[in-house]
Amino acid sequence: MPKDEFTPRTFSVVGTRPLRPDGIDKVTGRARYGADISAPGMLTGMVLRSPHAHARICSIDTSVAAAMPGVKAVITRADFPVHPKNNGTADVLDNCMADKKALYDGHAVAAVAASSRRAALDALATIKVVYEVLPHVLDVDEAMKLDAPILHKGRKQEGVPADVSDNVLTRTEYGHGDPEIGFQMADLVIERQFKTAATHQGYIEPHSCLATLGSDGQGDLWVCTQGHYMARNTCAEILGLDSGCLRVTPSEIGGGFGGKTTVFLEPTALLLSQKSGRPVKMTMTREEVFRASGPTASTSIDIKIGMTKDGTITAAKGDYRYQNGAYEAMNGTLGAMTGFAPYNLDHVKTVGWDVVTNRPKAAAYRAPGAPMAAFAVESVIDELAHKLGLDPIDVRLKNAAREGTKSAYGPTYPAIGLEATLKAAKSHPHWSAPLGENQGRGVACGFWFNFGGDTCVSLMVNPDGTVSLSEGNPDIGGSRAAMSMMAAEELGIPMERIRTIIADTAALGQNEVTDGSRVTFAVGLATIKAARHAIQIMVERAAMTWGIEPEAVEWVDGAAQPAGPNAGKHPPMSLAEIAAIASNTGGPISGHFEVNAEGAGVSFGTHIADTEVDPETGAVKIIRYTVFQDAGKAVHPSFVEGQLQGGAVQGIGWALNEEYIYGKDGTLQNAGFLDYRIPVASDLPMIDTAILEIPNPGHPYGVRGVGETGIVPPLAAVANSVSRAAGVRMTSLPMSPPKVLAALKKM
Amino acid sequence: MVTVRLWGSLAELVDGKREIEITATNLRELLEGLAEAYPALKPQISRGVSVAIDGRIYNDTWATPINETSEIVLLNRLVGG
Repeated sequence: MPKDEFTPRTFSVVGTRPLRPDGIDKVTGRARYGADISAPGMLTGMVLRSPHAHARICSIDTSVAAAMPGVKAVITRADFPVHPKNNGTADVLDNCMADKKALYDGHAVAAVAASSRRAALDALATIKVVYEVLPHVLDVDEAMKLDAPILHKGRKQEGVPADVSDNVLTRTEYGHGDPEIGFQMADLVIERQFKTAATHQGYIEPHSCLATLGSDGQGDLWVCTQGHYMARNTCAEILGLDSGCLRVTPSEIGGGFGGKTTVFLEPTALLLSQKSGRPVKMTMTREEVFRASGPTASTSIDIKIGMTKDGTITAAKGDYRYQNGAYEAMNGTLGAMTGFAPYNLDHVKTVGWDVVTNRPKAAAYRAPGAPMAAFAVESVIDELAHKLGLDPIDVRLKNAAREGTKSAYGPTYPAIGLEATLKAAKSHPHWSAPLGENQGRGVACGFWFNFGGDTCVSLMVNPDGTVSLSEGNPDIGGSRAAMSMMAAEELGIPMERIRTIIADTAALGQNEVTDGSRVTFAVGLATIKAARHAIQIMVERAAMTWGIEPEAVEWVDGAAQPAGPNAGKHPPMSLAEIAAIASNTGGPISGHFEVNAEGAGVSFGTHIADTEVDPETGAVKIIRYTVFQDAGKAVHPSFVEGQLQGGAVQGIGWALNEEYIYGKDGTLQNAGFLDYRIPVASDLPMIDTAILEIPNPGHPYGVRGVGETGIVPPLAAVANSVSRAAGVRMTSLPMSPPKVLAALKKM
Repeated sequence: MVTVRLWGSLAELVDGKREIEITATNLRELLEGLAEAYPALKPQISRGVSVAIDGRIYNDTWATPINETSEIVLLNRLVGG
């Protein structure tokens, strides 16, 4: 059996809850986030942004700004040296700095670097941009119409029909069987349309970077990002640099959730630095974060499901229309793939549409595309169960995907944990607890793929027996703790003897972005293998010291020891003892591992939400909330619980209050946390969690990703709860007080 | 020969076939063989696909083995957050 296959074992470190190694830095303010980095002679970079949702850029005059005192560089799109060959990178460049058209309110059109923020702001105010304002479109269904304002021409991909506009870039269809046959077998068929608003990840730390780039093409970038290798590669391609000449160092990161998986400021900062000959720091204001980073897609979804009286789903159809902002993204495709993934269906058909509109390009938000799809699917399942007088968990258990089920998106599942989460929910005291007046209880399931990707880990054994471990993924969910724990588990030494750091791009090979719930799975796999590599070397050193063959030595509890009676009698040599004589036995000891980690295990979760609806105001209060999720193996259960709680809270905000609100002119009206309402601690009860552990067969410890699935069920769980509390089916998010009140009045 | 299952909108590009057969023993041969035998699939394969082999999802590793009994499903290239 390959060593990356799951092998049952007893753990001594994995599964415990040690103090987080980054905790003191964060609570004392010693941790350095993006805007904490400075350099001598540093300039402030700032961006001029379009005030229009859609406009042709007729001309830009920067001459006055360039001549102002303190202004060291001014750039527009014309200053960018190359047009990337890759369409995706070309879109990233166009999103960073508009070319011929501004495609959304907040789209960057020029930038300056000046000796102070004041000087930069004054310079921006003098830049004259002549716009020809064009009609705009914000809504996905409007954007698909043939007479809609068009953002890009000629970018429809194959398979997109002629009867929709050029704003529709992709159409994807999944499924099997014949839903029309299945609907005829049903006792009850429900078909509904659902709408969800665009939301923002709401990370605390705005985008920030510090760039230096010389005329020789050598540069450094310090940046708050989920992927500094992505930042390096993208900036190098956009600026025509050799990626090896650009070293990127990630800062501590104050939240990302998918929103920091691309670049917004970095190419501009590097170009301003090269033009001015000085380091340039750029930091977005909160308003800029809302207007010009990457929120989620908003959606319009049609779901039709048939069910028999005993709760068997006979057929399911979904049409998922997602607006992804001004450039291509695949949220609608992922919605179509994930919506029915929790269920065993003989007849299912889903169609996903990805559409561009005059909004900022959608970025990932945990499981991109999946929460909205789950909201629609799980709402109809809940309504069917309610109308047929069935227990909603029993209905889900009856139809749950299991090992051997052909998924709605095609593959047959290996061992999965959905059924376990449903049974745990059913037997949990929350499910049977009494409800009060105006209160309701909702349940929903969710699915996410998870993946792996390119990963490198280097592990150095220091002369004093401590260990330095380098990984290449920014730590957004406790990965430094998890890697130290897995290395400690393998090496047999206390976790406190290991310090894990996030290395810069010159220190390790290519690493995929911290996304796709991949890090504990993939970097964990590489960490385990790097530790085993170091152990192999330490075993050889002990064998050399004892004058026996390495095959006669084994590694037990942090020490090399003779294996079997023929190896002779030698006292065990600890890691520290081997490290102390490394110079005498061949030199420094290190282990490393590089891999494209494939075979990540999919993940399922089930959430229960209790809400109370105020019939006079329409306000909704979360009374109780419990998350059940399969983690494969929880390396540090406290971090896993934090991921599940965080996903639930973000989903609650998405369900109840959060939305991008635009004026008739297509400009964003609520670009700040005063007007964009995210849940705060006082809004919420403690989010309870139950971690299930159904091992991923593709990881030595059985680890699955946990970072994304937690945001998939809550939109539906809360909506089902509110619908039952209010006595009316809620089909549009957010369920803000005016919307709930309006629904109550229609009853 | 191995059987490859396509998603619906890809099937439309190959005369509605939801399953096609191709000679391949690993992931690289599979993707190159598909693009060669079915040129209409080439744009999507160039943009990127994921491949589920016996229920596990792979993206890039050319040497990933495939045998005649493998369940092979082509998927849109997955992204995450």
